[in-house]
Amino acid sequence: MVVLPEEPTPIAKVPSTENKTGGWRTFRPRIIYEKCIRCYICWKFCPEPAIEFDSPDAHPAPKPALAKFDTVKINYDYCKGCGICANECPVNAIEMVLEESIEEEEAD
Amino acid sequence: MVKMILTGNESAAWGARLSRPKVIAAYPITPQTSIIETIAEFIANGEMDARYIRVESEHSAMAACIAAQNTGVRTFTATSAHGLTLMHELLIWASGARLPIVMSVVNRAMAPPWSVWTDQLDSMAQRDTGWMQIYTENNQEVLDSIIISYKVGEKHHILLPTMVMEDAFILSHTSEPVDVPEQKMVDDFLGEYEPAFKLDPDDPAGFGSLIMPEGPYMEFRYKMALAMDAAREEIRKVSQEFGEVFGRYYPGLVEEYRTEDADAIMLVLGTIGSTAKDVVDRMREKGKKVGLARVRYFRPFPFEEIREIAKKADMLGVVDRSYTFGYGANLYAETKSVLYGHSDVPVKNYVMGLGGRDITPEIVEKVFDDMLKIAREGQVDREIEWVGLHGDERWS
Repeated sequence: MVVLPEEPTPIAKVPSTENKTGGWRTFRPRIIYEKCIRCYICWKFCPEPAIEFDSPDAHPAPKPALAKFDTVKINYDYCKGCGICANECPVNAIEMVLEESIEEEEAD
Repeated sequence: MVKMILTGNESAAWGARLSRPKVIAAYPITPQTSIIETIAEFIANGEMDARYIRVESEHSAMAACIAAQNTGVRTFTATSAHGLTLMHELLIWASGARLPIVMSVVNRAMAPPWSVWTDQLDSMAQRDTGWMQIYTENNQEVLDSIIISYKVGEKHHILLPTMVMEDAFILSHTSEPVDVPEQKMVDDFLGEYEPAFKLDPDDPAGFGSLIMPEGPYMEFRYKMALAMDAAREEIRKVSQEFGEVFGRYYPGLVEEYRTEDADAIMLVLGTIGSTAKDVVDRMREKGKKVGLARVRYFRPFPFEEIREIAKKADMLGVVDRSYTFGYGANLYAETKSVLYGHSDVPVKNYVMGLGGRDITPEIVEKVFDDMLKIAREGQVDREIEWVGLHGDERWS
């Protein structure tokens, strides 16, 4: 007995955010907060978008003048590791780290 | 009913107007342009309650129709040749999304060599997009086919889009008397559009979402295949209903003309049909038993009708106004394919009229004579023949 879908074309009733694409990542972007000048260029360029704002005091500011601005954080549920943020960062405050090496780090 | 003198393109615009689409998204291209110009005028005059979206390409025109139709309204567009082929990707989307959009296609040759005249390669290249395809013979059929196409496509067991073809200039820019039905009659015939599903902000959903290989991708495609097969019966049924309401009976998928007791039957698409009917009459007067089968619907393909036609004659000549490089043209290839295992009747392909070259009664008569010779001899001299090439003495 052939089983066919009821609807004529796929109709998804769950949002696409259910589809966690972080698992596609080979390299993980990691923010070096001591260098981050909170310019949000990474946030602008992220195509996902997987870069979100965090409170100003989530990390110590590299300069006192920056302390009042929001920090950024990466949502690893959706970040596919494309590396655009690291490429665009004007102060090289994002490094791309091989996922496997992080797993090893965590295992140690 | 009002009798008007309309070109094929004006007839298409009237067919659209009477069907009450709420959105028209289109981009101009010769020889289609006067369809959307006429519609733009209807809207500007307040004679048609629709939103006209001006887009930057035909790809966008179809994208806009898909989006608009998904909100639960009828849409319409029109194009030709390069515009149609630019739409190709979205045509497949529209049918997969099961949106019964109706589109006028004015068949025009593809470049190079640059040409604006008629040739059916543009729509033949859309054969596999999941759209129904009807090739029309006169301006009345253009208008009526648009109304019929909405009715057929919108049935919930069909839900497929349709392209309604006209031959460039021969129909698109030539005026004929056309019966334009009363709006009320068309309203009653078509009814309000009842979408099977639509976008609703209160009930969010995503259409056409990702399906993994183990998901029901094949099953959705199979449902589409069943719908296209079911469309054959629906077309016959709606053509009959249309006849009962409007008094013009269209013969379902294939129109036969004097095929009874014929020795040779010619299969054609589009306006070649009306020329060939005249030639059939003339030849019958001389005692030559020829007949004509004008294939109206190329998709769904009328395999039952063609198998019946093959029983009536000793030979079938298939005329194509397009070509598939590497093998014979589409109507020929598909005709032979449906006859395999069902008929041993010889079939020959005549490739004619490319780039709008005139298909005159004289050349059609020569083709019929060639077909009668094959019918007598029971053997095809060559399977595929290009008719009327410069310098070819066979046809001059």
